[in-house]
Amino acid sequence: MSATAPLPAPPSAFDAARVRRDFPILEQRVNGRPLVYLDSAASGQRPLPVLRAVEHYETHCHANVHRGVHALSQAATEAFEGARERTRQFINAASTREIVFVRGTTEAINLVAQSFGRARLAPGEEILITALEHHANIVPWQMLCEQTGATLKVVPIDRRGELEYGRFLELLSPRTRLVAVAHVSNALGTVLPVKQIVDAAHARGAVVLIDGAQAIPHARIDVRALGCDFYAFSGHKLYGPTGIGVLYGREALLAAMPPWQGGGDMIRTVSFEKTTYNDPPWKFEAGTPNISGAVGLAAAMDYVEGLGLEAIAAHEQRLLELATAGLARIPGIRIIGTAARKASVLSFTMEGCHPHDLGTILDAEGVAIRTGHHCAMPVMTFFDIPATARASFGCYNTEADVEALLAALAKAREVFA
Amino acid sequence: MDLKELYRDVILDHNKRPRNFGNLAPADAHAEGHNPLCGDQLTVWLRMQGETIADIRFEGKGCAISTASASLMTEAVKGKDRAEALALYARVHALLTQQDAVPDASLGKLAALSGVREFPARVKCASLCWHTLGAALERSAATVSTE
Repeated sequence: MSATAPLPAPPSAFDAARVRRDFPILEQRVNGRPLVYLDSAASGQRPLPVLRAVEHYETHCHANVHRGVHALSQAATEAFEGARERTRQFINAASTREIVFVRGTTEAINLVAQSFGRARLAPGEEILITALEHHANIVPWQMLCEQTGATLKVVPIDRRGELEYGRFLELLSPRTRLVAVAHVSNALGTVLPVKQIVDAAHARGAVVLIDGAQAIPHARIDVRALGCDFYAFSGHKLYGPTGIGVLYGREALLAAMPPWQGGGDMIRTVSFEKTTYNDPPWKFEAGTPNISGAVGLAAAMDYVEGLGLEAIAAHEQRLLELATAGLARIPGIRIIGTAARKASVLSFTMEGCHPHDLGTILDAEGVAIRTGHHCAMPVMTFFDIPATARASFGCYNTEADVEALLAALAKAREVFA
Repeated sequence: MDLKELYRDVILDHNKRPRNFGNLAPADAHAEGHNPLCGDQLTVWLRMQGETIADIRFEGKGCAISTASASLMTEAVKGKDRAEALALYARVHALLTQQDAVPDASLGKLAALSGVREFPARVKCASLCWHTLGAALERSAATVSTE
């Protein structure tokens, strides 16, 4: 799905039932039924290697980073900086100086808005986003526009939930300073042509941020092949811990950006007359970071690479196709988001049954889906619906999970017949 | 948890065919309720005769629980005075939130809402209309929320 997506692995290569056993949380029963977890787009679960890596760090290695000469502080620093190097490899960044640890995608985008955008944008200049963005890739830009007098422009989508690429090219102008787009839509599953978007934006001199929150667990991301200026993602969507995420930024850009939060770790020297700042990435990491989170994230990267990102993506694609075909057979179901290229997300409504009621009925059957506006209210407005039900797939989901979803939806139709 | 306790026939019926649905013109007061997280949205319209609710209607979009609750509410409070309606609101609230609340005869069909308390995530759906009624009774046009 990315610019560098390789051929899918053969079906036999992936044993989801075995993968599932790596996730102890999935062994439980919910409301008397085996848990069927179809909400990985909201948050993935953690496999044993991630849980153990965090436990090992907390049990044996923890102290503050970059501060002491004692053994534990060095062990913690090595673990934290090791996680940065692991992340660099994972997305093929040129240098660890391009890997900033943050709380998650939301913080990464806010960092770019405030540190990169605030000093550079002027009245009359434009930020270009799309109509399918998550609120995290809308609101920080609205705040930035209020602060700078810049204007937010929105590229429309069509009824299938695809970006109107022609309109994107029209809206891209010499006034466009920054383009911020999702790699994969969380509400619709649409995979955006990010490589084309980056190339077109660069040709106009605009800087590009990609919100990779929904793409990171489903494809191999190569930031140098994409050529993007910023790439943001969260650890917990990649089967890592919450509260840890990554902002990739091109080194030249990060070096020129001012810090956005002040405090310890982000400085070189402090006096009351003059403080000098640390180099990237530490310049953007004020305060004690989420060290165990970074360790867990690195373990999650090891885990998904062990399974094979291509194999995971191919497996999820099969489940998506199976579920899509199954839903199409249920009367009254309307699939929201029917783009040609989708990843792992299946949004839908059922006639006569509000998504909230669907969510409750499925929960009673042990099936966990997300219902609501998915932090994408403009998408709901576009399709003229208050909310959708959304099933999303991860590496541990099986065909049996899809069958359980379809059976629970049949039950919902019975209740609301 | 038992779905039949939540989606009782009375609830499903009032969801499918909500009573007193639509706006009221002229109205003496109205209020809007909105739970933005789930998208439930409704407006309650009142026509008063002194202290008495002479007529009440509602319109909006929401889940079965919020729609049925609003429909049942309009039937229950029509003809009651302000104090009686607010007292009923308190009893419904207890029914929705207290495990040991026993529906008494005065609740009538509203007793069908007792299953909601087994589903804590849905209590706000059932209570939105009552909060909105309270706001309308205060002649307040402010948007209320139970999230």
